[in-house]
Formats: sequence, C-alpha cells, structure tokens
Amino acid sequence: MTKPKILDSDFWGRNDAAEYFDLGDGIADEKAPPGPLDKKWETREFEARIANPANRRRLSIIVVGTGLAGASAAATLGEAGYVVKSFCYQDSPRRAHSIAAQGGINAAKNYKGDGDSVFRLFYDTIKGGDYRSRESNVYRLAEVSRNIIDQCVAQGVPFAREYGGLLDNRSFGGVQVSRTFYARGQTGQQLLLGAYQALERQVAAGTVKTYSRHEMLELIVVDGRARGIIVRDLVSGEIETYFADVVVLASGGYGNVFFLSTNAMGSNVTASWRAHRKGAYMANPCFTQIHPTCIPVTGTHQSKLTLMSESLRNDGRIWVPKDAADADKDPREIPEEDRDYYLERIYPAFGNLVPRDIASRQAKNVCDEGRGVGPEVDGVRRGVYLDFADAMERLGRKAIEEKYGNLFDMYAQITGEDPYQVPMRIYPAVHYVMGGLWVDYDLQSTIPGLFVTGEANFSDHGANRLGASALMQGLADGYFVLSNTIRDYLADGPFEKIDEDHPAVVEAQQSVQSRVDRFLSVNGTRSVDSYHRELGNIMWEYCGMERTEDGLKKAIDLIRGLRDDFWRNVRVLGTAESLNQSLERAGRVADFLELGELMCIDALHRRESCGGHFRAESQTEDGEALRDDDHYAYVAAWEWKGLDVGEKPVLHKEDLVYENIELKQRSYK
Amino acid sequence: MNLTLKIWRQPDPVSEGALATYQVEDISEDMSFLEMLDVLNERLNSEGEEPIAFDSDCREGICGMCGLMINGDAHGPLRTTTCQLHMRTFKDGETITIEPWRSTAFPVLKDLCVDRRAFDRIIQQGGYVSVNTGAAPDAHAMPVPKAQADRAFDTATCIGCGACVASCPNGSASLFLGAKITHLGELPQGQAERDTRVVKMVAQHDHEGFGGCTNIGECAAACPKEIPLDVISQLNKDLRTAVRHGY
Amino acid sequence: MAASGLIFVLFVLLHMYGNLKAFGGEHAFNTYAHHLRTFGEPMLPYGGLLWIVRAVLIVSLVVHVATAATLWKRARRARRVRYAVKKNTGATWASLLMRWGGVTLLLFIIWHLLNFTIGKINVTGGPTDNPYRLLVDTFDTWWLTLIYLVAMAMLGAHLHHGVWSACQTLGLTSNARARRRAKAFGLVLALVITIGFSLVPIFTVFGVISY
Ligand SMILES: Cc1cc2nc3c(=O)[nH]c(=O)nc-3n(C[C@H](O)[C@H](O)[C@H](O)COP(=O)(O)OP(=O)(O)OC[C@H]3O[C@@H](n4cnc5c(N)ncnc54)[C@H](O)[C@@H]3O)c2cc1C
Ligand code: HEM
Ligand code: HEM
Ligand code: SF4
Ligand code: F3S
Ligand code: FES
Repeated sequence: MTKPKILDSDFWGRNDAAEYFDLGDGIADEKAPPGPLDKKWETREFEARIANPANRRRLSIIVVGTGLAGASAAATLGEAGYVVKSFCYQDSPRRAHSIAAQGGINAAKNYKGDGDSVFRLFYDTIKGGDYRSRESNVYRLAEVSRNIIDQCVAQGVPFAREYGGLLDNRSFGGVQVSRTFYARGQTGQQLLLGAYQALERQVAAGTVKTYSRHEMLELIVVDGRARGIIVRDLVSGEIETYFADVVVLASGGYGNVFFLSTNAMGSNVTASWRAHRKGAYMANPCFTQIHPTCIPVTGTHQSKLTLMSESLRNDGRIWVPKDAADADKDPREIPEEDRDYYLERIYPAFGNLVPRDIASRQAKNVCDEGRGVGPEVDGVRRGVYLDFADAMERLGRKAIEEKYGNLFDMYAQITGEDPYQVPMRIYPAVHYVMGGLWVDYDLQSTIPGLFVTGEANFSDHGANRLGASALMQGLADGYFVLSNTIRDYLADGPFEKIDEDHPAVVEAQQSVQSRVDRFLSVNGTRSVDSYHRELGNIMWEYCGMERTEDGLKKAIDLIRGLRDDFWRNVRVLGTAESLNQSLERAGRVADFLELGELMCIDALHRRESCGGHFRAESQTEDGEALRDDDHYAYVAAWEWKGLDVGEKPVLHKEDLVYENIELKQRSYK
Repeated sequence: MNLTLKIWRQPDPVSEGALATYQVEDISEDMSFLEMLDVLNERLNSEGEEPIAFDSDCREGICGMCGLMINGDAHGPLRTTTCQLHMRTFKDGETITIEPWRSTAFPVLKDLCVDRRAFDRIIQQGGYVSVNTGAAPDAHAMPVPKAQADRAFDTATCIGCGACVASCPNGSASLFLGAKITHLGELPQGQAERDTRVVKMVAQHDHEGFGGCTNIGECAAACPKEIPLDVISQLNKDLRTAVRHGY
Repeated sequence: MAASGLIFVLFVLLHMYGNLKAFGGEHAFNTYAHHLRTFGEPMLPYGGLLWIVRAVLIVSLVVHVATAATLWKRARRARRVRYAVKKNTGATWASLLMRWGGVTLLLFIIWHLLNFTIGKINVTGGPTDNPYRLLVDTFDTWWLTLIYLVAMAMLGAHLHHGVWSACQTLGLTSNARARRRAKAFGLVLALVITIGFSLVPIFTVFGVISY
C-alpha cells in the first residue's frame, strides 16, 4: 500500500507510549481450525467434544450478565442440561442494557434479494471495522446471523412485517443492502424479552437459577482455571461465593468510563476488570464508538445521554451557522446562504450519511471552531442542527410523523422544543466499546475456563462497529457459538470440587471484603459521582473523538492523580450490610479509574488512526483518518501487571492476517 | 426553581418508614426528575446524610427499572416513565410527595426501591414460547398478518415497570399479565401453549398476592407504554376459552 | 360476579317495566302484581314463577356479595401500606364507588323488601294488602322518596361501571371499539334504569300518581 502524505513526516515508527508499557510475546488464536473460511465453523462444531448428556447435570456454569449475550447463553446452556447460575445487578434479568437498543439487528438472510450474502456481511463488517478484526470470527458471525432471526421469530419476537405477513428489512448504517431486521424503534427490547423469556422458561424447568441484584466483584481462579465468582448481594450486602466448572462473562460494555454515555447508568467494567486483574488480557481497550446523533448536554447536572436513532440522518440535514456570531440566533431566521451544511460540503458523495466516526468528528470540529449551537455548557456550545424543514416540504409533515414520530416526541419531551418547528440539536456521545477481554475463536479468554461473550469481549467489530451488528453478535455468541465451544472445555469436567477455605478462594473473598471496608472507611469529602464525572471529562477531552500524544500523556497523569485522590478522599456513607447504591458505584468507579489509564496507554501506543480511534497525528492532508497497516494490523492484548511504581501493562500482539479480503484505505468522498 | 420534597425513607425491608422533608434549590427545568434527585443526593452526601436509594438504569424510558409515585401519580403527571419526566412539568415552589410503589407483592427494599421479582415468577409460568435453541424453522415459513403482528407488538412493548400495579386501587397486575398473554396469543407461534399459559400465569398472579381486577382503568392511564385495557379483556377471554377446553 | 350482576340487570329491567305500570293507575298495577303470581298456572302453582325468580335472585345475591367480599379482601391484602397521596386519573368515580355503592344497595334491598314484600310496612298507616296504595303511600312520604332516589342514583353509578366491567370480565371488549361501545352501553343502561325507576317516586310526590 502506498502511504498518502501525512502531516508529521517523522511520525511512523516512533513509539509514543514506550515508557508506559512493556512488550510481551505475541499471542494467537489457536482454536479456529485451518482450512477454507467457510468450513471453519462447521469443522469446529464437529471437532468440539460433546459432554455426555448424563454428565451435564453434574457440570455447572456461571453466567454473569443477562443482556442478549448472557440471557441467550444461559437459556441455551440450560436447555442443553447443564446446571446454570445467572447473575445480573438489576432487579430483573429483563432490564439488562441490551433492552435500550433501538435500530435493529443485521442478518444475511437476503430476503430482499438485493444481493446480500454471508460473504457480503462478512466483508462489510471487516471493512466497517477498518480491518482490525479477525477474519475467522467475523465470517462465523455472518454465517450464524441467519439462524438468529429464525430463532427469535420462533420465540415470538414481533419483528416488523410487511402487509404480506413476511418480515420487513431496512438498510442501516450506510450499507448498500437491506439486511436489518427491526421492531419499530425497540429492537433490543424485543430481542431481549425473547431471550429473557427463554431464560425464565429454564428457571421454571429448574436448569437455571437467577440471581438478580447480585454484582460480581471478583473472579476465583484455582490452579489456573476460572472456577467461580464472588458477588455482593446488593440488597443484604452479603458477600457470597459461587463455584462452577466454567465462568462466562457477558457483562456488557464499559462506555461509562466516560461518565456521560448512552449506556445505562449501571453499565460497568467491574466483572471484566476483575478478570483482567486475574490474568485475562484486555484487547484494544481504546476502541470506542462515538455516535453522532445524540441529544446534546444541557448542563452540569446531566447524568446520561440519549441516543436518537441514526435513521434520522436519512432525511435530516446537518448544519451549523457559517458565522459563529449567529450561534444564538433563531435557526429559522438564518438564511440559507449563511448556513454551512458541512457534511454535504466535505463529503458530496455520502453527505449526511457518512459513517458514525466521521460524522461525529466533524461535529466536534465545527463546535471547536466556535460554530456550535444551543446552550453554552462550560463556555462552549456543543450542538449542531439536524434540520427536517426540507424533508417536510418534500414529503409532507405527515410522512415525517409516520417515520420518526416517536423519536420526535422523545426529543420534544427531553428538550422541551418542538422539532417539527425548530431544527433538532444533536451532538456525538460515547455509545459502544469495540474493545474488551481478548478471546479466541472459542470465545475463551486467556484464563482457561473463562469465556466472554457480547460487548464484553473484543471479538468481532475491529476498530469500529457497523450499526445493528452488536445485537447480532450478542445473540450469535449466546445462542449459537458459546454452547458449541464451551462443551469442548466441559468435556474434561466436572473438575475437582473446591473448598471454601482454599487459599485462592479465601484470598478473593478477603480482597472483596477489604475493598468494601475501605470505601466505607475513607470518609473523605467528595462523592463517588464527582470522581466519576471528573474522570469522564478527562477521558472525553483526551481519549474521545480525537487523540494526540500530548493529550493522552496528560490524561494518564491526570487519571493517576485522580485515582490517588479517590482513595484518600472519597466519601461513601451508609453500611455494607444493606442496599447501598453509593457503595455499588464506588466499586465501579474505582475500576473505571484503572481502566481509563489503560485505554489512554492503548490509544497512545497505537500511532495510527483507524475506525473510532482517531490520532490527530495520523491523518491525510484533508483530515481523514489514516491507517498504518504495516505497523498496526494487530490486536493489542494487554496483560495486567499492577499499578505500583515500576509495574507496567504488558502488550501482546495478535497479528491480523487477511487471506480473503484485501486491505483498503477507507474513502467516503 | 425551588421545591419542597417529601420523600419516603425506609432503611430496610423490615423497618418502618416515614416521609421526610427536604428542600432543593436552583433546580433547572432541563433536569430530569431523577437528575433532580441526584442533585439532592449529592448534597445529602456532602452533609453526611445517607443518599436516598431509588432505582434507575437506562434513563431512557425502556428498561422499566425506575418508578416512583409522584404526587399520587405513578411515574408522575405525564404518561411516561419517571426517568423521562422533566422538571419543567413542575412549578416553582411546589411540594412534591415521592413514595415507592405500594404493593404487598412488591416489598420495599429501601427508601424508594422495591422488589418486583414477582413479575419474573409470573413469566416463568408460561410467558414464553417453548422452543429450544436451534430448533427453529426458517423465519419466513410462517407469515403473520400485519394486523396481528402490530397488535402483538403493541402489547409486547410492556417494560415491566409495575406502574399498573402501583396505580391500581386493587393492586392488580392484570395489565402486565394481559399484555404478555395478548402478545403471545396474537402470534401463530404462541398458539400451542395458549390455554396452559393463561391458566398458569393467572394462578401465579393470584398466588403472588396481587389483587383482582375490577376494571377500574387506573393502570392503563398510568402505563408509560400505553398498553390498552383491551388486553385485560383478552386475558379474560383466553382464560374462559381455556376453562372451556378443560384446563 | 359478572354473571350475577347481569342477572340483576335483567331483573331490574323487568322490574322497572312493572313499576311503570303505576302510571296506568291502580287497576293496571294491581292486575300486573296479581298476574305475576298467577303466571304459568296451572303448570306452576300460585306464585311459582315468582319463586323461581326469587331463587335465582337469592343465589345471585349470595354469589355477588361473596365475590365482592373476596375481591375486597384481596385488594386490601394487595396493598397493606396506603399512599400518603394518591390521585386517580383513569378511574371514573363510578368505578371507585362500586364497593360502598354495593353496600348501600344491599341495605336498600333489605329495606325495600321489608317495605314492599316481606314486611309490607306502610309508614302512613295505610293499607298494606293493596300494592298500588302501599306504593303511593310510601312515596307520598318525602323522606322515603329521598331514600329511594339516593338508592337509584347509587344503582345508576353501580351499573354505569358494572355493565362495562361485566363486558370486560366476560372478554367481550378486547379491542378499542368494543370497549368504547361497552362503555356507552353501560352509561345508557344506567341512565335508563335510574330514570325509569325514579319516575314513579317523583311523579307520586308531585301527585301525578295517586289514588
Ligand atoms: C442506546 C443504545 C442503542 C443501541 N442500538 C443498537 C442497535 O440498534 N443495534 C445494535 O446492534 N446494537 C445497538 N447497541 C449496542 C448494543 O445494544 C449492545 O452492545 C449490546 O446490547 C450489549 O449486549 P450484552 O449482552 O453484551 O451486554 P448488556 O446488555 O449490557 O448486559 C450486561 C449484563 O451484565 C450484567 N452485569 C454487568 N456487570 C455486572 C457485574 N459486575 N455483576 C453482575 N452482573 C453484571 C448486567 O446486569 C446485564 O445483565 C445500542 C446501544 C445503546 C447504548
Ligand atoms: C346486593 C348488593 C350489591 C352489592 C354488595 C354489590 C357489590 C358489587 C361489587 C363489590 C362489585 C365488584 C366491582 C368492584 O368491586 O368494583 C359489583 C359488580 C357488579 N355489580 Fe353489584 N352489588 C350489588 C348489587 C348489584 C345490583 C342490584 C346490580 C344490578 C342491577 C349489580 C350489578 C353489578 C354488575 C353488572 C357488576 C359488574 C360485574 C363485573 O365486573 O364482572 N350489583 N357489585
Ligand atoms: C323506585 C324504585 C322501585 C320501586 C317503586 C319498587 C317497587 C317494588 C314493589 C311495589 C315491589 C313489590 C312487588 C310485588 O310483590 O308484587 C317490589 C319488589 C321487589 N323489588 Fe322493587 N322497586 C324499586 C326498585 C327496586 C330496585 C332498584 C331493586 C333491586 C336492586 C328492587 C328489587 C326488588 C325485589 C328483589 C323485590 C321482591 C320481588 C319478589 O320477590 O317478590 N326494587 N319492588
Ligand atoms: S403494563 Fe404498562 S405499567 Fe404495567 S408493567 Fe407493563 S409497561 Fe409498566
Ligand atoms: S386499575 Fe386495576 S382494577 Fe383492573 S383495570 Fe387496571 S387492573
Ligand atoms: S430508568 Fe429505565 S425506564 Fe426509567
């Protein structure tokens, strides 16, 4: 590949992060069988050993998380006859964060006959991920995507249908085919309820036991194998220990490290981070997806951000005033010639439909130039207009109401403005993390017996995820992949029974207990939330849409300082023996404070721009992301070494080999 | 704006609770109701008083985790979830009474948090289609007429928040129950278990200690997802059919 | 509940029709009262039909009151701690009045039977063996009329909600249109019955019905 000219000619080959990490051995997936791409999964399914059905009742599985990935896995494993324990921190499994997904779920069904295929979905996903994902995994994802739809329909998931009674599809996230299945704007909800119901069915059948309002706080590793977890019963405060032959983490994404995100308030990294500290590698932690169409922040009280479906960009036109002086004018009074439809201007071919990362970054740029609109928060207006005036003229108000009515209502409810009259204001927000625990083709982490599914693993989306593909991945992992790979591991079980007083168990219990005690005994002056908010600001400023060497280094210093202060000055009231939401948050924030640093180190070491990761130093002359396949076509898998002086994370590289797809530089001009 | 809040405080499931009064100042109209409580909690924390426990997760109106009785209205005066209620709905100087859902089947855990696992147990009694993973025919094998598909969807949007129970003078969960019965009953996939589903789910509903429905209609008026009263009639109809079939 | 309630509805409709005969004067009304008792003779003994009706009514009453009591008890158990503040936004006042309205009706029926059937109490001291005169004497007494009119208002409210509620309970209203219809039907029926029953006492007070 010929490299376009870049701004900093000295950039390539330098290592910004050298002082922050050590380089370890390479790592590779050893589970994907050799042979042609389209035979790998079939082969693996066949070769993976089967645990004797009579034996299954003696094999136990812990599943942490009841989102799409966790609920589907627990239900399926329960059906297979294993003894399953399922955990979530909400009061019911049905409330897992997957419930909030709006847009849809992809599947290569080709019901529209528009030329879709497994290979095309595979290709789009790899390309969308900016060539930073593993071919074998992505191909399998595309393959099983078709079964997902069959399964969900059989469960009674009410997907949108056409008048003929057959399923409807739409095109989503800028792909050329219509492969997205949807249930109005509530696809995640309907899919999750399907999985939740399947789960409850197993509860009734006695194969699954659910533990809601239980939070996993530690992983138990005995003789190198994951053998259980320590949880806190969030109601009684009891610290409880559960053992199993295998542990599955399906605990979702960690976007809340940014404090403000579209994730649920409780979304956290604790389960993953605890596993990371016990030896599971964390892969590509800095790969974050920022969604361009969210409702802007209104003030410092803001607790979370609300996503507006991406589909709005199909008809809405995005603009800001040409002149910063117009920022607080009534937008309807700004004449056409004083408006800058910047996406249409910069990307005439794709216009308002450019991928998420590009749309997000350009919004940030215009706001940084001072041309943002809406209320000033901390001295800057962070918002751009999404204007439906043209569409309304062209299609009529009624058509717009039909298409987007519920979104417009939601917007009106939150902002108090009528989007039919005044253009909407939108701004990017953290939405999804592509990074997560490293897993092999079997979805097994670097700790034997610890499997990771859904958003919690890093597996399929590379540096950027396509719209409607996270739901697909969660369900693919849970319904179809995990049950087939975990059996190979379990075929060696049941493993030796573990005593409560095994040193590894006692150590884990004590570390949980002492952490809880410590939170309650610091008795400083600042609330947990104030630390979280400050961490979020640091992350957003320096590890958000645009990252630079200086910024990231500064962020690492700031985070270290903040973490230090947290442990000396946080104030958590109440007791450990009752429902204590501050205490819950303290644990989560403490882990975010460690994760944040690793994300910055990861971002710092990856001196290229790819997908959602934009290093300002690595861009083309016209400001586009510039990949460096020669140096960075790998997965960065980080090993935990500790936080003390002299302890640095160790980087293990998994080289990405593309045998079926040719690497290309993205272009949306 | 400035407000007076009367909030139910109860340290644990067994202790007695009581309303406590708090003043909050400088509340912005753009805050959501829960953000207003966040602000209060932040202050309580700095004053050394334990923050008020209340549930929320998505804060987007979809997970069903939030739910407060606000001035006698489940989820407040608007037809929405508590997390989607904004302070511009209230007037400066107003007094707002905030209580947890009151239902014997939803015991209070602490302050404003209640335990709604009874809903899960109702679903366990048949709120599903029995199909094992991998056993499904092609999704297009069974077309569903659009009208039925739409009704199934309308009723499937229930978020399990419990506002129907909280607002019903009888403490009945019939709207929640009817929503699931109607969702699965409208679809061809749900037919095989239609009779047993309704019988078992109703039995579990009664067993949990929810009240009986006398068609008062508070539930549908409070339901943030606008589940209509029709589903309760459908529930009764299905129950009658099942009994006729000998279940 | 619904079945017994609907039996009551049928009964009160017929009963109202009978009462309206009072406008036909003493003869018409008394003939009707007599006819009620001889209907079906000689297949049925004197008063046979009336006794069948009475049996059905008594069974319905027992069922109706028993189910009402169960529902009431369940509701009390389902919410042991009351709200400090509770608004009603979806309920009609009629629906909230069902239980106390029902108790009122029960008390009314007891009095009513003492008045006209079992006790034949004529507070004016007039004759008790002439149904027509008993009726006129009763409603010539203003406070008795008032009791009856209040009871009829209660009955109206009970039916306004009860009829729609019975349709809902019987599963007849599982779509929005049927629901609206049932509500309208309940209201009309309640009005017809309340007004229909009230005519006789009112017109007696004003002397239109007299002897
Ligand atoms: C607003 C929004 C809209 C989206 N829309 C789409 C879309 O249209 N299409 C699409 O494909 N994707 C979409 N996504 C992304 C997608 O929803 C998520 O990536 C996906 O649902 C994650 O599923 P999951 O099962 O991995 O985790 P989650 O659904 O996040 O579930 C996590 C589970 O883990 C549990 N848990 C977490 N930590 C602990 C702990 N320490 N102890 C015990 N339990 C724990 C939680 O209780 C929960 O049950 C959207 C995301 C957002 C935020
Ligand atoms: C004897 C005294 C009566 C009592 C104590 C009584 C009480 C009740 C009660 C408690 C209910 C349940 C509804 C609720 O709780 O909201 C009810 C329902 C009803 N009642 Fe009565 N009632 C009485 C007489 C009548 C009469 C005389 C009629 C008709 C003329 C009637 C018709 C109905 C109907 C149609 C219902 C609705 C049934 C349903 O919801 O399925 N009731 N009654
Ligand atoms: C103003 C209204 C009413 C008037 C004038 C009225 C009048 C009468 C009269 C005259 C009788 C005696 C009939 C006979 O024995 O020949 C009677 C009987 C009776 N009425 Fe009414 N009635 C009224 C309302 C009601 C209502 C609302 C109810 C029920 C809820 C009711 C229930 C009965 C019953 C059960 C009997 C006894 C029938 C029997 O078994 O003999 N009445 N009424
Ligand atoms: S029916 Fe409505 S009020 Fe009841 S649980 Fe469902 S969404 Fe909530
Ligand atoms: S308010 Fe209650 S009585 Fe029935 S109609 Fe709704 S459940
Ligand atoms: S917090 Fe999820 S619905 Fe309100």
